[in-house]
Amino acid sequence: MPQTIDEIPPTPMNVQDSSVIKTGGWRAFKPVCDHSKCIKCWTCWKFCPDVSIAIGEDGPVYDYDHCKGCGICASECPVKCIEMIPENK
Amino acid sequence: MARLTIPEDEIMSPGHMGCLGCGATMAMRYVLKGAGRRTILSIPACCWAVMPGVWPNTCLQVPELYTAFETTGASISGIRAALDATGQKDINVIGFAGDGGTADIGIQALSGAADRGDDVLYIMYDNEAYMNTGIQRSGSTPIGAWTTTTPVGSQGDWEKSPKKNMVAIMAAHKIPYIATAAVAYPEDLVRKVQKALSIKGLKFIQIYSPCPTGWKMDPGLTVKIAREALSCRAFNLYEIENGVYKVNMKPQKTPLKDYLFKQGRFKHMPEDLIQELEGDLDSGWEELLFMEKVTAERAKGNSGE
Amino acid sequence: MVKELMAGNKATAYGAMLARAQVVAAYPITPQTTIVERIADLISEGKWDAKFVKVESEHSAMAATVAASNTGARAFTATSAHGLALMHEILMWAAGARTPCVLVNVNRAMAPPWSVYADHQDAMAERDTGVIQLWCENNQEILDTVIMAYKVAENRDILLPAMINQDAFFLSHTNEPVDIPDQEMVDGFLPPFETEVKLDVDNPKGFGSFIMPPQYMEFRGHMARSMDRARDVIRKVDREWSELTGRSYGGMMDMYRCEDAEFILFGAGTMMSTSKDAVDEMRKEGHKVGVARLRVFRPFPFEEVRYLADRAHAIGVLDRTYTFGMGGPLYNETNGQLYNYKNRPVTKNYIVGVGGRDVRVKHIKGIFKDLMNVEKNGYDHEGEIHWWGLLDGSTPEVEK
Repeated sequence: MPQTIDEIPPTPMNVQDSSVIKTGGWRAFKPVCDHSKCIKCWTCWKFCPDVSIAIGEDGPVYDYDHCKGCGICASECPVKCIEMIPENK
Repeated sequence: MARLTIPEDEIMSPGHMGCLGCGATMAMRYVLKGAGRRTILSIPACCWAVMPGVWPNTCLQVPELYTAFETTGASISGIRAALDATGQKDINVIGFAGDGGTADIGIQALSGAADRGDDVLYIMYDNEAYMNTGIQRSGSTPIGAWTTTTPVGSQGDWEKSPKKNMVAIMAAHKIPYIATAAVAYPEDLVRKVQKALSIKGLKFIQIYSPCPTGWKMDPGLTVKIAREALSCRAFNLYEIENGVYKVNMKPQKTPLKDYLFKQGRFKHMPEDLIQELEGDLDSGWEELLFMEKVTAERAKGNSGE
Repeated sequence: MVKELMAGNKATAYGAMLARAQVVAAYPITPQTTIVERIADLISEGKWDAKFVKVESEHSAMAATVAASNTGARAFTATSAHGLALMHEILMWAAGARTPCVLVNVNRAMAPPWSVYADHQDAMAERDTGVIQLWCENNQEILDTVIMAYKVAENRDILLPAMINQDAFFLSHTNEPVDIPDQEMVDGFLPPFETEVKLDVDNPKGFGSFIMPPQYMEFRGHMARSMDRARDVIRKVDREWSELTGRSYGGMMDMYRCEDAEFILFGAGTMMSTSKDAVDEMRKEGHKVGVARLRVFRPFPFEEVRYLADRAHAIGVLDRTYTFGMGGPLYNETNGQLYNYKNRPVTKNYIVGVGGRDVRVKHIKGIFKDLMNVEKNGYDHEGEIHWWGLLDGSTPEVEK
């Protein structure tokens, strides 16, 4: 964070990507995918509101730094290969 | 090579402040996929003014201008005029506002922009209340809903006013393209955004965006609820292109009650009100089918077939 | 250079055209309407290559102007009274967003009761917005100032919007001879608008997002610094313009016969032109009087006011409006400025010309005489604030 006025530009411009904020800390439930059952329809990727699913070789790759655990992927998966597991304390 | 049904390029980053399961974030993600990177966004006060994050962060990878609450329609007109005046071509100008900033405080500026026919796309993401300020009712709140300003209480003080029909209001402005969309059907939404951007003039798309926080529901059900809204006719998917209506989905009808009781905001609904509303929604559906038939015939007649 | 008889509104439109404003978004309101009409004419005749956004309200006019400026275009708008009041929110936005757009305001009374005549309440109510505020007394000055305002506003160290005031009907609708500068000369003086602070698909940035308390104050601090830097920039731009055209407006303040004046009247707008005539007459009668015309209200002319205080025995501050419960706005700011200063002449506030009431040479002479009396004998039963010509018997009969 800037310490002096001269480190702050005159106009409030947003130039830093939000991925520095690790919203994964919000999670109460964590999605885990059983790749052996995944049919690679990419429905999970399609519906993720947090852009936290990457298209992997064998199935979805979760960005746990950012996934908030909303559960949409698990809810929409047509073969139910995603399980929402409570976060370990 | 993954077979994807919507463009792969992510123009929105993770790390935004959206609630779990936020329909509005899904709406933005799909709109950006449809519009591409040569896009300027104008966003008024709404959830999306706060979601990209606190300075200096943003989750949006396109230039965005935050504006005062009621000014989206004027702001996008100003941006387009400036792009034209400085010779910058092939840039999409998209206003992205909530239902409050569109149907209530923003309706004057939107009407002005529609009247002028400026070459811009106006997106209304509809979560059916002023969510950013803490779930107060808006003109887009459906009858029966609990909000903090229609708190039900002991006197049945739920929302009494019917949901404003923004599509009809925009149709009355005779703009070239109007569509509704829902976050449950991203392919349809992306197609509509791309179609809108290929047309000159003011285009309007209303995106049904469930809000788990404000609707008091399980965040994992956002997509399911959107689907069910369509099947019980609480929201319909259609386009109006140059006055011709086209209904995009004619789903098997499901009971309104099933849709309502998945959401905490409707848990108090009395049986007789549900029946009355179901009747209204069914009439609305019939009216829509009628408009589709009539405008198609008129179009055929006009083209001399 | 072409000399033409034209009203203030036409001079405004010509100023904006010569300044090569690229986007104009304006909504009609009496007595600004002929600005909008003239702009529409010039564009449709092909004389001016600009985009005119026919907005549906003044609030939208300012919003569109700010958005256009944020997109990198030179933007212009004009309004009056209620239109300015409706723009209030967005004036603050324009300043906070650091957009160098220019707004011409035709000073008109606020309703109710409805009045379209000259009054300064509209502009004074906007003094807290962070917008640079300039005041004109004749149509030549208006045309020149529109061009100069862009140069000041677009300065990299300033980047604040500017508002230019002209009195309703006395200037807006009164023909005066105006020199129209050559476009080439203006282009040399005012280069095209360039900024990094803009919406650019090749360099995506967000503008205006949410900020927490640890940083918000610094953004305001930057605005304060820019506003303070504007004083020197305004003086410099005035000098440059005067070298090109022979016309100077005194930089931050237009001082008329103040160097050796014992009694000075300080105020804004066309009533100060009238006051200059009164000064000439009274000087012939042997009184050492002068007029200081407020040219720049924001940033406030600290140094120039102190210059007056160094010389005058008494300063009469004329306000063409009133801050209810407090007094004339210019009076209070002037007094505030002098509180900690070593020279503090007697000051008195004269509320004149409110709602377009005519201010005449004889009224000004009466005011000077009153000021001289106050300096000699102290405040009379009227006290510090005198509504000159109010129908309450307070003003001497012969002066009405």
